[in-house]
Parts: sequence; C-alpha cells; structure tokens
Amino acid sequence: MRRETPQRLTDYAPIAFPAIMLTVFFVIPFGTMISVSFFQRQQGGFYTPAFVFSNYERFLSLFFANVLGFSLMLAVLVAICCVVLGVPFTYLLTRLTRRAQIIWMVVLLSVLSLSEVIIGFAWSTLFSRTAGITNLLVVLGLMEKAVALSPGFPAVLTAMVYQALPYTILVLYPALIRLDPTLTEAARTLGASPLRAFFTVVVPALRTTIMATLIMVFIFALGSYLLPQILGRPQHWTLSVLITDQAIYQSNMPFAAAMAVFLVLVTLAMVALTLFAGRKREAAT
Amino acid sequence: MSHFLRRIYFALVGLFLAAPLIVVAGVSINAKQTLAFPPQGFSLAWYVEIFADTGWRNALFASLMLALLSAALAVAIALPLAWFLWRRIAPWANIFQLLGIAPFTLPPVITALGLLTFWAATGFYGHPWTAVVSHAIFFVTLPLVTLSLGFSAIERSLVEAAATMGADDRTIFRTVVLPLITPYLVSGYAFAFVLSLNEYIVAYMTVGFTMETLPIKIFNALRYGYTPTMASVTVLFVILAAVIYSLIARYGDLLKLLGANPEEKP
Repeated sequence: MRRETPQRLTDYAPIAFPAIMLTVFFVIPFGTMISVSFFQRQQGGFYTPAFVFSNYERFLSLFFANVLGFSLMLAVLVAICCVVLGVPFTYLLTRLTRRAQIIWMVVLLSVLSLSEVIIGFAWSTLFSRTAGITNLLVVLGLMEKAVALSPGFPAVLTAMVYQALPYTILVLYPALIRLDPTLTEAARTLGASPLRAFFTVVVPALRTTIMATLIMVFIFALGSYLLPQILGRPQHWTLSVLITDQAIYQSNMPFAAAMAVFLVLVTLAMVALTLFAGRKREAAT
Repeated sequence: MSHFLRRIYFALVGLFLAAPLIVVAGVSINAKQTLAFPPQGFSLAWYVEIFADTGWRNALFASLMLALLSAALAVAIALPLAWFLWRRIAPWANIFQLLGIAPFTLPPVITALGLLTFWAATGFYGHPWTAVVSHAIFFVTLPLVTLSLGFSAIERSLVEAAATMGADDRTIFRTVVLPLITPYLVSGYAFAFVLSLNEYIVAYMTVGFTMETLPIKIFNALRYGYTPTMASVTVLFVILAAVIYSLIARYGDLLKLLGANPEEKP
C-alpha cells in the first residue's frame, strides 16, 4: 500500500494512544525529574518546589569527581574488554551453520535477559570462599586453600563484562553477518593466514562499526546499577549506584535527580559522538 | 589448526557464560542450607520452596502478573505506532518512535528515577498498576523494533491489491496485515515478557516498598545473607528464558529478528 499523508482526523486515530502514553509516562516523568533536580531538600526525605542550584553545586567536590572518573573508567574498560572478546567471537559465529547460530543466540539472549540481581548473586557465589572457583583450584592442587575473590575490582569488572558481552555480540551481529565473505576469501587466496586476514581485512572494514559498538557498550555499562554494589567496595560505586543510593536509602531525591540529569547529558553526548562517527564514515565513502 | 583454535575459543566463551550458572545450579541442590560447591548431598527441596513458601510464591506470582500485563500494554502501545509509521507519511511522528526507543537506550536508572518522581508527584506512588505502566513504557522498545521489522517485510503491493478491491484500512489491517505481522507481535511480546520478569530497578523504584517481585525478593534476601531458594529461582528463570527464546527460534526467524538477512544464508 502506498504511504499517504494523513487526510482526515480519523487518519490520526492509531497514533493517539501511543502518543498519549509516551508523552504522559515518559516525557512528563522526565520533566518531573528535571524539575525535582532544582528542588530544595527538606529534613526527613521530603522536598519542596524551588529553583536552587545547590544540588548541582555538589558535583564540585572531590568525592563526586572520583565517582564520575571511576564510572567512566570502568565503562570504558568494560567496553574495550567486550569488543576485544566480542568481535572475533561474532565474526566466527556468523561463519557457523544457521542451526549453530540459533543455538548460540538462544544462549546469549538468555544470559542478556538475566536480572542484574541474578548476575550479581551468581558471580558472588562463584567468587565466594565456600562455593567459589578457588575450591576447584584447591582440588587441582594449584592453591592451598580457598579464598573469597569478591568484593573487589576484578570481581566487578568480570561480572560487568559478563553482563555486557551478549549485548556486544548482538550489536555486532547484523554488521558482521552482512560482511562480504569474498573479502576474506580474497585475502586467503593471496596467501594470508586466517588470523592475518582477520586483522588486515575484517577489522579495518569494520572500523566504524567497532567504534559505534564501543560507545553503545560504554553507555550500557554506565547503566549498571547493582553489580558494583554487590561485588565491589564503596570505592567501586558508579554514578548509577550512587543515584539509586541517594534516591532510595538517603532519600535525597533532588540530588539523585540532579545526578540523573547529568548522566543523561553524558549519555547524549556519547550518542551524538556515535552519530557523528557514522556521518563521517558516510561522508568518506 | 585454525578449526581447533576456533573450537577452543567458542568453548572458552561458552564456559565463561555458563560458569556462574553452573555454580548456582550446583548450590541449588545442596541438601542443607549451606552455600557449598560442589554440592553436598542432593535435594530438590529448594525448588519446592519457591512454591511452598508464601513469600517466594507471592513474589513469583507478582512477577508473572507484572510481566504478562506490562508486555501486553507495551504491545498495545507499539502496534498502532508501528502501523501508523508504516502506513502514513508523517515525519513528525518519528519523534514518537524515538521516544519509544529512548527508555531502553538511556541508563535504566534514569527512567526509573523519572517514573519515581512522577508517581510521587501524582500521588499514585506504590500502587501495583503503576509498575505495569512503568514496565510497559520501559520495554515498549522491544515490540516496537520487532514490529517495525515486521511491517518493513510486508509487500506493499499485497496490501494495495486489497485496497483496490475496496477494503478499507480496518479490513486490510485485520485480514492482511495482522496475519503477516503476528510472528513479530508474538516475539515482541515474548522479549518484553522475559525482560520484565527479570527487571529490578524500575520495579524497585516504583513499587519496591509495597510489592515484592522476584528480583526484588532476591535482592532483599541477599542483603540478609544467603538462602538456597535464590539459587533455585535463578535456575528457574534461566530455564524459562531459554525455553521462551527457543520457542521463538522454533516458530519464527530468530536470526532475522536479530538483524540477519535470511536470503543470504540458506
């Protein structure tokens, strides 16, 4: 059917319900959050309408700078680990039979759907002293006695990579499955080893995809709100954890809202960067 | 040699993905209430506990109810929107597509906090239905993406034939379009359902103090120490997700939903 511009009022009917729902329950809440970020906090967890910048002024502290710096560093690290692991994996995955691909996808989707609570619990078990991986090393004679591996930074990083890796693979998959197989075949015919063909042909052809994926995984990792709390120490808390903590446990909604607004700005800046990278690629080709 | 290396790489990634779940499955069959692996003894008591214990059972039903209803509402929002975007030339309407994708793209804590301030400001904070609406908005992205994909796969001439024979929009939608997009509708619903079942932060910030969903229950229990029921619930959730995704793969084209072009690989 040809697409037509809406003529009569009834032509607009289908979009009415979605438009109302998204406006009332997404746009307005977003606005509420922004206004709360300027409100005045009262004792006892309440807040009153006002227009103050005091919530934003709290960003100008060493503590906040540390949290922000750590969050960004952690998200970058997670993104790099995931892309380094994910690109070769996804590339090999797209070369498998359809059936094998489907099985892997079911596994990846199942892991991706797992609640952060469950991922946190599962890794804290794996890193625990009594039921953890170190018991296995003791049995193998590689260690003398079992130790707890969490809380700690490696535990946080591992679990966050675990959470983000399926996402990374799913983001990379459409681009890699469309990659022209004759590219590597040509390289192979000219005598390149598979590994060499991968690094000299596949990776350069995917430069923009890899860049965009890095940024998307970075945003994904910025959103992790429980893993640093379950598997890390207080110095491993990220901005997302801090927002949750301020909103729920410290009952400081205005400050939590101000941090959330800040997090949106960081995220949007990243999205803009992705789009910019995409534009530049289009302009180049 | 390179085949061998490839096998090893797949095996390592598979092990990484499976390791925590294997350990959790192991501790879930411990005979006593200890966190031990390899498991000491064998017992399925902790699986029975999910249904026998009132707290866990209520949490399971709360989660299922929330997921069933919010996924339905998400589809109800996404379907007319995707239809309108496909049927009409209206560039301004793309803003709503953007709004439908935004909650899922932004860090979840932002949507959660926005909804928390909203429900608090309107005085509805804590009512169970607010969680349904919140999840529907949070997960509307999934049916929206699958349905947009479904609509783009529809041959426009097919619908045009129906139109020339005098069918109006409503008839066309019911008799031609709906049967064609049903697989995408079902998979969109299934994605939203599974993710809603597992969602923690939005549920916690909207109804965390009045209602316990399973992820909230696990987290609350985790703060007071370990109980093996957490492990059995985790295993149950993993199996449930795997079964639902397998069903999508069995009755639909999972790879196409994930962005592969079916014609390219036979």
